[in-house]
Amino acid sequence: MTTLAHPGETLSADGLLPSAAPLALIDADGRLTPEAAGELTLPAPGVLRELHRRMVLGRRFDTQATALTRQGRLAVYPSSRGQDACQVGAVLPLRDSDWLFPTYRDSVAVVTRGVPAEDVLALLRGDWHCGYDPYRYRVAPQCTPLATNTLHAVGLAHAARLQAKDQVALVMLGDGATSEGDTHEALNFAGVWKAPVVFLVQNNGYAISVPLAKQTAAPTLAAKGIGYGIPSLLIDGNDAAAVYSAVRVAVDRASAGGGPTLIEAVTYRIEAHTNADDATRYRSSDEVSTWLERDPIARLTAYLSARGLLDDAAAGRLAAEAERLADGVRERMNAESTVDPAELFEHVYAHPTAALERQRAALLAELQEQEPAS
Amino acid sequence: MTTVMSASASAEETAAAVPAPVTMAAALNAALADSLAADDRVVVFGEDVGTLGGVFRITDGLASRFGERRVFDTPLAEAGIVGTAIGMAMNGLVPVVEMQFDAFAYPAFEQVTSHLAKLRNRTRGRLALPVVIRVPFGGGIGGVEHHSDSSEAYYTHTPGLRVVTPGTPADAYRLLRQAVACPDPVLFFEPKRRYWSRETAVLSVDGPPVDRAVVRRPGKDVTLIAYGGMVATALEAAAAALEEGWDVEVIDLRSLSPFDDQTLTASVRRTGRAVVVHEAAGFAGYGAEVAARLTEQCFHYLEAPILRVTGFDIPYPPPHLEKFHLPSTDRILDAIARLQWEGDNA
Repeated sequence: MTTLAHPGETLSADGLLPSAAPLALIDADGRLTPEAAGELTLPAPGVLRELHRRMVLGRRFDTQATALTRQGRLAVYPSSRGQDACQVGAVLPLRDSDWLFPTYRDSVAVVTRGVPAEDVLALLRGDWHCGYDPYRYRVAPQCTPLATNTLHAVGLAHAARLQAKDQVALVMLGDGATSEGDTHEALNFAGVWKAPVVFLVQNNGYAISVPLAKQTAAPTLAAKGIGYGIPSLLIDGNDAAAVYSAVRVAVDRASAGGGPTLIEAVTYRIEAHTNADDATRYRSSDEVSTWLERDPIARLTAYLSARGLLDDAAAGRLAAEAERLADGVRERMNAESTVDPAELFEHVYAHPTAALERQRAALLAELQEQEPAS
Repeated sequence: MTTVMSASASAEETAAAVPAPVTMAAALNAALADSLAADDRVVVFGEDVGTLGGVFRITDGLASRFGERRVFDTPLAEAGIVGTAIGMAMNGLVPVVEMQFDAFAYPAFEQVTSHLAKLRNRTRGRLALPVVIRVPFGGGIGGVEHHSDSSEAYYTHTPGLRVVTPGTPADAYRLLRQAVACPDPVLFFEPKRRYWSRETAVLSVDGPPVDRAVVRRPGKDVTLIAYGGMVATALEAAAAALEEGWDVEVIDLRSLSPFDDQTLTASVRRTGRAVVVHEAAGFAGYGAEVAARLTEQCFHYLEAPILRVTGFDIPYPPPHLEKFHLPSTDRILDAIARLQWEGDNA
């Protein structure tokens, strides 16, 4: 019997489906999970300690940023509290040559990549749209329109392959963004091109107020990978060890020419969408409490403490480091912004057009007239 | 910018300096081939651009000559094409992508307006995106719906983009080479009704830079402003106007954004009268900007209001009705006649 198929149809789904339940390495109580976790392997103690340290620092940055919105120092801040394991576990496995494509909720990931906190907050403070040099850190500008960054990551990754550069792009997106057309196109292009790209979906259960059940009828978001010929992993997004290991597996595969991976990390957004949102309108405090018990930092603290990898002295030193970080953020954000109106015209084109030069001159003349005569 | 382009234009060398008849389609094909040959960073991709050579054959032969790492087919998804082009440009390539038809470029609109146009500005100039998006545009080819839109104003209204369109085969070659060498993102609108028009010319990048308009026909009485597919129509109208006693200057804008105020203002101040022509609907169309700016800059030189000859404010008509919609030489002559000439009683 001949099989009806067009060229390119492999007719095989082997290895493309994720596990039925999220894979974890360390459970919510800080104990090693008894069952095997598929391709995931427990990171070395030094890596676990670094994951813990970065989460503690990231959490402190996050709470400080939220506090700054209340003081009017930041226009807005979308917190990633509760998603700490994803923020840190996504970034630490990346090599210097790799690229990170974050969204507006991924400030902690950007800080973890090494971008100075005040440069990350330039966007949310309102000084400029992107406060850091993407090429210096290999971090794309934080993306506000949903899912559009998935295509940028695929393009960058494909360009790396065309130029024989060993580079992997990791793009972060949320459950809501998986409904956008660009996510579909990006997964499809990545699959066809075998692009060295990692899609990390932080499924925090809500797109602002809309719960996952209204977002998709798919059994899991990871299950969507099969439709693109992309292997996928479903993991516990509050287990930093699992996130780190999954991203490591995906980066290694991409780097070795094995193409893209889709990772769904199941997690929860403890804070509202932003400081301007009221989450009590769409979710119960019981639900939030349940997720507070699955706190990513608490479980890794428990694991490390039980094994003597984190003692009180080390925890104290880490807490002090976090406070210094917060002090620095406060100090720099409390300083007055220095913005230059003339810069509005500088970067629209490689060289300002004649019309933009006229507009700049007009604005500067207007400002000069407003200044009191000295 | 012009200095970048004079390097290694192989078509110029192989075609020698002997003027030969060339269609706009062939000129565009030569520009792509020469851009690919001149710069390893250039990649050409889109729907059907590889094996088929594009539905209009603009990329004919490029995949076999340069290989599928340089010239390749993509999945059928316009946002995907532009979005991945952005990522490729971030990683050192110079993507030249094709949107199969004007109206089929709309799915890519968010990638173009929110990202391609803004990333340089968002990053204070650190992230440049030298991407060219080729868009066959306009009507006059008897296409069924969604194949004849004039969508240029959507893009000229977006700061950060350059929007250019050639009116002649030789300029199609020059402008496309210039667009590929340009550090800014360029929307390159190709007037599909002129793909098969011929001109006897030597293809060369030398000439006016990417952001300048050119005078296609000097004249002293009226400035007739056109671009893309309407340049030839405007030149026909100018020839006919001579019989009516009007010496019409025809300006081919080439660059819709930025706008070449200098060339246009000089012409209108000299002639004192102007008509803008385009296929797109008139309401809030590109011609409104042209008329407004030239009025601001030339008011005391004007003998009459600047008039527009445009398509009607309707969705693009079906093939059997498009001739009623498109600006014609007669409609242009009528507009010229309404420019308050001495002796008019109106």
